[in-house]
Amino acid sequence: METAQDIVQQPEVKAETSKHSFKGTGSQVLLNGLIEEGVTTIFGYPGGAIMPIYDALYDYADKLEHILVRHEQGGIHAAQGFARASGKVGVCFATSGPGATNLVTGLADAQIDSTPLVCITGQVFAHLLGTDAFQETDVINITTPVTKWNYQVTDAKEIPEVLAKAFYIAKSGRPGPVLIDITKNAQLQVEEFPEYVKCNHIRSYRPKPKVRVAYIEQAAELINAAKKPFVLFGQGVILGGAEQEFKAFIEKSGIPAAWTIMGDGAIPTAHPLNVGMLGMHGNYGPNVLTNECDVLIAIGMRFDDRVTGRLDKYAKQAKVIHLDIDPAEIDKNVKAEVGIWGDCKETLPLLTNLVNENKHEDWLAKFKDYNQQEIDQVITPELYPTGDEMTMGEVLRNINEICGGDAVIVTDVGQHQMVACRYAKFNHTRSNITSGGLGTMGFGLPAAIGAKYGAPAKTVIAIIGDGGFQMTPQELGTIMQFGAAVKILILNNRFLGMVRQWQQLFHDKRYSFVNITSPDFVALAKAYYIEGAKVDERANLRKALETMINHEGSYLLEVMVGRENNVFPMVPQGMSVSEIRLK
Amino acid sequence: MDDTVKRNIMSTENTIEHKIDKADLDGKQEYTITVYAENRIGLLNRIAIIFSKRKINIESLNSSASEIDGIHRFNIVITESYEVVRKLARQIEKQIEVLKVYFNTNDEIIWQELALYKVSTDEIAEKVTVERLLRQYGASAVVIRKDYTVFAVTGHREETDALVKALEPYELIEFVRSARVAIIKDSAGFHEKLKEFEAFEPGEELVENEFLDKGEKIFTM
Repeated sequence: METAQDIVQQPEVKAETSKHSFKGTGSQVLLNGLIEEGVTTIFGYPGGAIMPIYDALYDYADKLEHILVRHEQGGIHAAQGFARASGKVGVCFATSGPGATNLVTGLADAQIDSTPLVCITGQVFAHLLGTDAFQETDVINITTPVTKWNYQVTDAKEIPEVLAKAFYIAKSGRPGPVLIDITKNAQLQVEEFPEYVKCNHIRSYRPKPKVRVAYIEQAAELINAAKKPFVLFGQGVILGGAEQEFKAFIEKSGIPAAWTIMGDGAIPTAHPLNVGMLGMHGNYGPNVLTNECDVLIAIGMRFDDRVTGRLDKYAKQAKVIHLDIDPAEIDKNVKAEVGIWGDCKETLPLLTNLVNENKHEDWLAKFKDYNQQEIDQVITPELYPTGDEMTMGEVLRNINEICGGDAVIVTDVGQHQMVACRYAKFNHTRSNITSGGLGTMGFGLPAAIGAKYGAPAKTVIAIIGDGGFQMTPQELGTIMQFGAAVKILILNNRFLGMVRQWQQLFHDKRYSFVNITSPDFVALAKAYYIEGAKVDERANLRKALETMINHEGSYLLEVMVGRENNVFPMVPQGMSVSEIRLK
Repeated sequence: MDDTVKRNIMSTENTIEHKIDKADLDGKQEYTITVYAENRIGLLNRIAIIFSKRKINIESLNSSASEIDGIHRFNIVITESYEVVRKLARQIEKQIEVLKVYFNTNDEIIWQELALYKVSTDEIAEKVTVERLLRQYGASAVVIRKDYTVFAVTGHREETDALVKALEPYELIEFVRSARVAIIKDSAGFHEKLKEFEAFEPGEELVENEFLDKGEKIFTM
């Protein structure tokens, strides 16, 4: 065993650059590559096996901003928030062993929500692999099911090419997280590297096909013959940067469109054809009318079970057209009459050309009827409650009134998430950042930090429950140190509210371990030198929210809301979307 | 894919009605999945977990060279319904280093498995003639030593199983069977296809389209 190698000696290498090549360490060439890829911000946490990279980073402080998070899970969620707000690839660093395993939740979240990430983990020296060395874990195998691609580098010569591939894979096709594990010897290795070349082709990887016009024609024919067509859209519209193309399509065809929570904000909330949210806690009309439409046009969404409810009673009467960039999604959960594999930025304009102009006024009126019922029975009582207790919905209404739909809203997971998605008003795309597929509690605070770096000009509000906040509160330290002006809004119902709601409705009110206590959140914020306040009366709510939003830096506001409020409407699990309950 | 397979989603489990003579009542039958992929460490695991994630047992898995230098070919055998296999195939094909995935029923492929049998030479010399075994089961004697003899049989499962039965009375010391290797009857090989993959601009024909090209040959390009 070459134990001498274990003694960490930073090679004293002054980076030498010529026009076409670069002589330096693997660490230096990695950082150069990040700069070539346009990276400006890295979220990370150092440790033994990634020290050479951090040593090199010391000299790159003017080009690469490194945000020292307080836990690697916070680092990767921040990178996710950054990616979601900016549309760029999020980057995070972690060390081997526990550092790398702490990334797993974020990787799984990014994988299921198609978030482009490049994560760099340090690894023990190559000669120690498989010896159960200090902080050695099999990161590649642990992360295989939750990455779009991963690769272990043991020789520095591989670094530029692997990094270029990583960025290409992360952001192209259906985006996703990529992890590169770099052994310490490769980080230290000195080589003469050729000029960095970005990757734009991998022979075994086809991010998108050439669109076949035949499908577009078939789809247009179905749409033009439809009396009650209905569009469902997901994050694919946002990831494809196809918001304008999407808007043009629905406006010409006059088709009502409803969104999954990942697609929220792709068109403004106030758009006349935006009929609302799909799924378990979605709007009444979109759910009921899914089972009444004659042609269902799904765009960049994947028919998650939270959207479809009981699948064998889902839109059985409708002919389904499914546009997706991932061919594995077409026919996965819902059989498509016409599957259009492609990038919706390309496919939608082709489709728009072939569809007839239409208004579908009678059909739209049906959505309006259902909406009115929902307004009367659910929305008005939630947004304008008459009881003493505050509701989450009225907090959201006030935020809408103050921000006018221009804020970026990052949520955690649970009741507040559903309320935020249902009621938050958005004028702009990439404004709603939430953990959709994985439902990761603890996502909200670190993702909001990342979102602030990704969209620095915007007001970023993190809406978090009292439970979720207690999963990653350590990231207050990151805010304290680096100053991300995140507005933290804790909606405290002193319960793990969503689980309690299910226990009330489906488990005979047996409230099993949902009664969660909280610290003094405002005092906790103050301990991190973050301003804060707590509101427990409606009379003070508006002013407190304004104070929070107008505050110069970060601010924490805790709002005490009703303990046993439920989120409605609701499609009970295992039921059809048309069996949605208003109460 | 057999055109006559009736696709009828009956429940969330996507139960499919197949023609009865092609499958059992669950719609399950043996499928051989052929994967063309880059030869990369870790890819086998990436493919294997696509099955284990869905709690599907791999009955046989072979990894070998293909007709093209540097491209690996996996043969994976599972017993599942058409719908399940189709989804699995797409998930496998989605992996970055996988070029193409095909899945075929047994009548669409030529396949073989290799089995080795070790028996005591004395036992066999005393009770049965080696020649008879060789002839009857298409076996070949790989090694004949004083103490033991190793036979090899190449063929389908029933054929290799038949010799296990035949040797039972004579103390079968060791038995092992290889994974299935399969050639797709209707395939023109991967050479032409690879050119398309290596081309920079994706062609229309790059991926056989299951929506439009139903019933066409497997390698349509």
